[in-house]
Amino acid sequence: MLSEREQKKLGREKLQRIIDTGKTIEGRSLDPFLMDVKENIGTVRKYFSEWKIPEDLCLDAETIHQIASVTRLQSEWVKHRSTTLYTDPFLLDEKIKRLDKRNIIRAFVKAWHPIVESEQLTIPSLAEALTYWKSLAPLNERWNETAPQEVGSGTATREELVNQKILREEAFSKELETFWQELKKEVAERGENEKILYQDFVYVGTYEETVNRAFMTSFLVTYGYATLQIIPLEEETYIVPYKEPIMRGYDKQLVSIPIALTAEEWRKWRERTGNE
Amino acid sequence: MSKRKAYYASKIKRTTHMLFYKRHKKPGVKGWELRKTIGSDYPKVLKILDDHLKSLDLQVKTVFEDEKKMENPTQEQLDKARFLIELRGELSPKETKMIGWRIDDLAGLAIAIAYIISKKGKSPRKDIEELLKEKLPGWKVKINIDRYIRHGYLAQDENEQLYLDWRTRAEVDQKALVDLLLRTEM
Repeated sequence: MLSEREQKKLGREKLQRIIDTGKTIEGRSLDPFLMDVKENIGTVRKYFSEWKIPEDLCLDAETIHQIASVTRLQSEWVKHRSTTLYTDPFLLDEKIKRLDKRNIIRAFVKAWHPIVESEQLTIPSLAEALTYWKSLAPLNERWNETAPQEVGSGTATREELVNQKILREEAFSKELETFWQELKKEVAERGENEKILYQDFVYVGTYEETVNRAFMTSFLVTYGYATLQIIPLEEETYIVPYKEPIMRGYDKQLVSIPIALTAEEWRKWRERTGNE
Repeated sequence: MSKRKAYYASKIKRTTHMLFYKRHKKPGVKGWELRKTIGSDYPKVLKILDDHLKSLDLQVKTVFEDEKKMENPTQEQLDKARFLIELRGELSPKETKMIGWRIDDLAGLAIAIAYIISKKGKSPRKDIEELLKEKLPGWKVKINIDRYIRHGYLAQDENEQLYLDWRTRAEVDQKALVDLLLRTEM
């Protein structure tokens, strides 16, 4: 007696075999009656109640599809056999192998009506070609005609570039400096022990601005204007500004600290603090 | 010559030029091209031309878009059809040399076409190669099949299945070919 798992495994194998047979029949033009459709439908029906997961149900559907394709081929096969064009391939195969070339040709030419087509130069067509050749401009002139025209370069104002988000309103280093000063001020006003909670500094009234502040903060830490202090047990992250920017040596292994900043988190913070 | 006769004589001349001389990659012209050049009465002009061609053992062949014979085609079906000039009667085996094909090549083509017809219009290339190798050297078989494909007699898909292509459907009376092969005495 097979366990349920073994039963399913066997079922999958049988369905896969049906699919493979169908594909072989379709791909290699084999006799579609090589497949016993009735028996295969029985197999599909037998295992259908076993399938619970989508993969198995897909396999079941594919098997049905393949059986349907073979049934269509069987129908075409029967139709073809009933037409006057049908000839038993084995009979024809045998005949072709036994006939000599001359007899084959004799039969073929009686059923063959080759197309008549001609290619010929005439005096008028030559005259027309000469006229065309005379009026045809030399290649270097034609190339000049199609050469791309130069487009004059212009200047864009700084305001235009800022509007197009190509330039920031301030140079980045200057912006970072201003942000660092803001951090130090916030720590002095609202922080404790020369540090401030990451959320208290970064989170502001709009989510867009919050993301921008998180972005700037990451640069403050990377460029040595501040550092992060993480207290794992309390799950709190603090930002600690340095009095002076420090230069980090490349001999020290730097670490990246991912801090999630989801809109959901930001909304909760806003509700909690009543910050609009 | 009456005015009416002169009118048709001129149209027949132009139609003959269009049909005999190769204008595109495939021979022949489409109905809409004839309508544009000859006028809407081009089916009548083709009929008169076909009568003229009888004495030369040639005929105007109509190949419809879905390549099935039609008893009473509509104007639209005629516009989409391709018109060709082909041999009305039969060539003698000796005359086949004029077409530029060697007897081996032509026999190979006949076998390939007959085999594909018997296999419902589709057969693996490998099977046809095996069949032709019975009587032709292997290297020649591959070259010949490629040649039949190039000339539009056979078509091959990505699964290396061979089909009958437009030229076979235009030139070969498939039923007659199979019947003749089966009836041929050995």
